Amino acid sequence: MFSIDRRIFAHMDWRLVGVMGVILVLGISTIYSVTPQWSHGGTPLYLKQAAWVALGVVAFLAFAALDYDRLLGYAYYLYWFSLGLLVVVAFLGREGMGAQRWVDVAGFSIQPSEPAKLALILCLARYFSTRLGSEGYRFRELLLPAAMVGAPFVLILRQPDLGSALMVLFVFGMMLLVVGVRRRSLMLGSLLAGMALPFFWEFFWHSLKSYQQNRLKIFFNPGSDPLGSGYHVTQSKIAIGAGGLLGQGYLQGTQSQLKFLPEGHTDFIFSVFAEQWGFLGVTVLLLLFAGLVYRGMDIARKARDPAGMLVAAGIVGMISFHIFVNLAMTLGLAPVVGVPLPLMSYGGTSLVTTMAALGILVNVRLQRRLALYR
Amino acid sequence: MIPVEREALSWALRRRLTWAMFAMLAVFALFLLRSWFLQVLSHDKYSALAQSNRVRTVVEKPERGLVFDRYGRPLVDNVPSFDLALVLDDVADLSATVEQVAGLLGLEPEPIREAARRQRSTIPYLPVTVRKNLTLRQVADVEWAHIPGVVVLAETERHHIYGEMAAHLLGYVGEITERQLADPAYAGVLPGTRVGQYGVERSFDRQLRGVPGRRRIEVDAKGFEVRELGREPPTLGNDLYLTIDVEVQKAAEEALGDRRGAVVALDPKSGEVLALVSRPAFDAEAISRGISPEDWRRITADPGRPLLNRVVQGAYPPGSIFKVAVASAIMETLPEPYTYFCTGQHPFMGRTYRDWKVQGHGRIDLFRAIVESCDVFFYEYGDRLGIDTIADYASRFGFGARTGIDLAGENSGTLPSTQWKEETKGEIWYPGETLSAAIGQGYVTATPLQIAAFMAAVANDGKRFVPSVRLGLWDHATDRFIADVPRALSPAAVSPGTIRTLQTALKAVVGSPHGTGTAARSRVTTIAGKTGTAQVVALADDTLHRPDLEDVPVRLRDHAWFAAYAPTDDPRIAVAVLVEHGGHGGGVAGPVARQVIEAFMAAEKTRPGRGTLPEYLASLRTTANGYAP
Repeated sequence: MFSIDRRIFAHMDWRLVGVMGVILVLGISTIYSVTPQWSHGGTPLYLKQAAWVALGVVAFLAFAALDYDRLLGYAYYLYWFSLGLLVVVAFLGREGMGAQRWVDVAGFSIQPSEPAKLALILCLARYFSTRLGSEGYRFRELLLPAAMVGAPFVLILRQPDLGSALMVLFVFGMMLLVVGVRRRSLMLGSLLAGMALPFFWEFFWHSLKSYQQNRLKIFFNPGSDPLGSGYHVTQSKIAIGAGGLLGQGYLQGTQSQLKFLPEGHTDFIFSVFAEQWGFLGVTVLLLLFAGLVYRGMDIARKARDPAGMLVAAGIVGMISFHIFVNLAMTLGLAPVVGVPLPLMSYGGTSLVTTMAALGILVNVRLQRRLALYR
Repeated sequence: MIPVEREALSWALRRRLTWAMFAMLAVFALFLLRSWFLQVLSHDKYSALAQSNRVRTVVEKPERGLVFDRYGRPLVDNVPSFDLALVLDDVADLSATVEQVAGLLGLEPEPIREAARRQRSTIPYLPVTVRKNLTLRQVADVEWAHIPGVVVLAETERHHIYGEMAAHLLGYVGEITERQLADPAYAGVLPGTRVGQYGVERSFDRQLRGVPGRRRIEVDAKGFEVRELGREPPTLGNDLYLTIDVEVQKAAEEALGDRRGAVVALDPKSGEVLALVSRPAFDAEAISRGISPEDWRRITADPGRPLLNRVVQGAYPPGSIFKVAVASAIMETLPEPYTYFCTGQHPFMGRTYRDWKVQGHGRIDLFRAIVESCDVFFYEYGDRLGIDTIADYASRFGFGARTGIDLAGENSGTLPSTQWKEETKGEIWYPGETLSAAIGQGYVTATPLQIAAFMAAVANDGKRFVPSVRLGLWDHATDRFIADVPRALSPAAVSPGTIRTLQTALKAVVGSPHGTGTAARSRVTTIAGKTGTAQVVALADDTLHRPDLEDVPVRLRDHAWFAAYAPTDDPRIAVAVLVEHGGHGGGVAGPVARQVIEAFMAAEKTRPGRGTLPEYLASLRTTANGYAP
């Protein structure tokens, strides 16, 4: 264990760490710019976020040091454990902002859906990596992973957390794409999914809270309700557009400073950043995120074994899904689904989970490097 | 799985992963394009939207102009009021906000909600006042609570310095009505503004109301002001100087007391109204400040009709005062001598017309007929003149036409003629009706103002003016007093000799021992005048004796008139007094007129003349801030 410790620094992916670090700093500085520097008997949010980052660094290093093979060995236990947590939160969880997502553990509020996503990725990676064939998957071979995905999907959708539920599907789809599926089973699966859709849609639509239904409706008809559900997107686009080429400047920007833009430190942190730093800053930020995704996929491509590829691809899929959905939402390209921007948005569970996932990703690279020296 | 197969498999995975990577990077390119579109191509549009989010133009209400009397004594001024208002655009949930505010201030939520609902405005961010006159404690509570959309406005309210005095003249303000909003005369006035609805507040609203100012402010998302970006201050409403003299007005109010009726005094040489009283009156200040619907209903349902300005809106039979107009027609159209024998009754076409004096006046000429107010003489001469000649001459003195005073809702009274009856009733004129008209009964009606204007015309050798209540105004733009010019009417077309005879007769009404107006005689000045009794119910033909006043129920008693001017050698005041159900004119109304005239004579000595008024008023403003000593 301790001998590995030194080697993880020697073989660390410093480019990825650098990109991650810069994004984290941008995140904390943006939170600082839109939240009060004092609060009623509490710590300012940017300091809380900094504390979460510290915890995230610990998680990052811990998972970077832990051989992912061993992690995959625990994958099923982790899966059952996180599924159990989701069941607990479904019955005992605390409601916040209209959804039952949080559970209080030892004084912390955590969202079990976040670690559950990670557990599912590991679980799928282990399952697929042990059953790889050159001809792709048959339909019936996909039934078990579909069930594996289905259980957390339904539980998360029930909370309801549309963003996370869709993420689970996205990661599943991405993994199928990577491992390869027979054309016939793909067609059969699509057919069955198509037949199930009407039933599923009923369940899906009714599991949404009315504000979520409104958001979906509003997306297809924006401006119909500028002060209601469409307000977020409208104000977000105004903030981004008002940023212009060079931005309004740090700590400036009327949309975020005067609070016309809600959730400026969480879901809409990108809009705040865009208003302050303009198209120039947005270009830099997008390059950073693209760099993160590129590094992640590069690690996946060069992984030691298919299991490593799948773990890495799943993790990059999870992070990029969050980035895509969040940016699409803030840029007015997708409905408002409450998805945080990874590494930037305020929120501990998401941050620590993301950094832990990046730790696993780094470990995938590390294992290959170590294999070369073996 | 053999190693080669495994290797091939890894390659397949790698290939797919590379594709996935490019797909993901393509998504980033898409986001970059979208940002370019929003931030560079559409920057101007979103910049403007951000601007309209944070910048708000709020209206600053102007302070309403003050109202003074002719000598610069304030009648109506403004006092501060802290009002609770809602900016409905900033209120997310109206009923929740109302509950919260009502709970905070210990008020009933329902009237607040009702006020907000009623005033819901089409103009964005215009605060609607939902509760007036907060205590300082309540103001502090609201400001501290910082509830989005809830604001305290520092407003001003009307204050009537002399209480209910001259309520009908001064009038009141009230929230602008739908109809007024559509009226071009109120262009630029914002919904919810209190504009003049009665009296001079209404007549001169345009001058009094001023021009609203504008402030451009930056607000946060909850609508709270962050800072001021620019200000265009409101323009103060111009101050109004009325023609009335507080001292004369007070005397008139006191002289009439609580009796229903009207008193109006004019300056014969300019038409300026020196006093204007109508009873019963109302609390104009309370209405201006906004009274409850119940209180308003109580006022409108009052059988005494307090909201009726009897001076200009009340039309009463002028009674014997009308004989003066008939007398001018006699002198202008019939040959002398004008004598007749009065037996106390006048049979005409099968009916008997009675004189108020049962035993009759005996042989009587025109002069005595006026002084002693003989009815029979005027029955006879009225018949000889015919109704159309009477109407012709009466109209030369302004009967049957609005005087044109600058107060709303003026009644024209009625001056009957054959044509008039044809047009309004579709009937022919009966000769008997001429007899009633000749003594000012029947169809003839006039307002107290018309009677006063008539007296003024007689006093002023036939020269007539449009009665006015405005002396001028203080223009804040130039900081100068702008005096109104009296508007002369065409003089009454009767010969100077006729007028002189009328003047002499009116002098004798008060001055001679046989006159009917001796009760108006004054030791201070010489008064000329004429009594009148307006019949409420026509007496039955066969009533030999008029019943004693006390035996008649009040609502059936006659109205008492007295019209006068003074001093007789140089008339400077003309007065009309009407006491509803007062009985005979002279004894009841005469003393009222005398008191008003005496108060005028006393006040006149201590005050500057009309010619020097502008300088006097200007000097007041520089020395005492507009307030008279």
